[in-house]
Amino acid sequence: MSSRALLTLTLLAALAGAFVPPALAQPKPAQLQAAGSEIVFITKQMGVPVEGKFTKFTAQIALDPKKPETGTVAFTIDTGSARFGSAEIDAEVPKATWLNVAKFPRATFASSSIKAVGAGKFEVAGKLSIKGSVHDVVVPVQVTQTGAASTASGAFSIKRLEFKVGEAEWADTSMVANDIQIRFKLALSGLAPL
Amino acid sequence: MQTPVLSPSRYSTVAITLHWLLALMIVCSFSLGLYMSDLPFSPTRLKLFNWHKWAGITILTLSTLRLLWRLTHRPPADLSMPAWQRLAAHGAHWALYALFFAVPLMGWAYSSAAGFPVVVFGVLPLPDFVAPDRAVAEILKERHGQLAWALAVVVVVHVAAALKHHFIDRDGLLLRMRPGRG
Repeated sequence: MSSRALLTLTLLAALAGAFVPPALAQPKPAQLQAAGSEIVFITKQMGVPVEGKFTKFTAQIALDPKKPETGTVAFTIDTGSARFGSAEIDAEVPKATWLNVAKFPRATFASSSIKAVGAGKFEVAGKLSIKGSVHDVVVPVQVTQTGAASTASGAFSIKRLEFKVGEAEWADTSMVANDIQIRFKLALSGLAPL
Repeated sequence: MQTPVLSPSRYSTVAITLHWLLALMIVCSFSLGLYMSDLPFSPTRLKLFNWHKWAGITILTLSTLRLLWRLTHRPPADLSMPAWQRLAAHGAHWALYALFFAVPLMGWAYSSAAGFPVVVFGVLPLPDFVAPDRAVAEILKERHGQLAWALAVVVVVHVAAALKHHFIDRDGLLLRMRPGRG
């Protein structure tokens, strides 16, 4: 191939790149601010709500609130960062019957579709992977903005037994309920205006 | 001419019922507390902790009724005994009443501080008057245990004194609190 032909090809490729349809363009990623962000979960044991939280997690959020369907959201949570009110439970939860942190150090979420359902309200559907089990979840998210700072918050629930969280003697849902409430608040910077 | 109001020779039926019911509950709750605190983390441990908390709140409630009853009803007059014994007996009674409240309240506070709200019988959530805090929880746990032991000591003194009156002084003291008809 002559150098001229190569140059032509290169130019064509560059032009093609410039004409990617706008709908497929990735929105600019937003940054998760650790301060002001939290992922809290509430379990119920014999009717007693027991609250814990994950202290280490990261997110990749590329979302244009005006075109949510082009966006993607992904989360990675360190399962070893679960903290409760008592040291006794902190020591218990990483064990194999619960989160099995040694074998599954991370839980992940990856969105498959995002749609707007109201002013600042979105529905993020995706796959949640905990302890080697993957299940579809739909997460309602409310986004509020003050200046450049955005806050995304919401709550949803999962069934712990679907993810084998609490096995053997702990599988008894009369002791620890199957439903686990997950509540999150994410402080974001760099999210495009609503 | 008016007849003087005589002190009754026995406690009222309500007072006797509450006395023995609470005695039984407190002994069971104390024993359960001792047994469960060394158990490894397990469903059994969680279950026993909840039962212990339910028992504690029941004791707290019944003790409130008992205190109200005690304040509005005249107990039998003191038997004849040296002044220091009378003073010690009344002091022990007041200490018992104070601990009937202090022990469960401290347990409730400890439970709240440890991030486990108390839900009585699994259905009635009680408010948390202490926010979850690990350092505070450790202190309250220790206090709850110390107060429970203090209660145990006063109970032993109370029982020993009652037995001494009945079997050594032979003053019939136990009859005043014996269940059934006087």
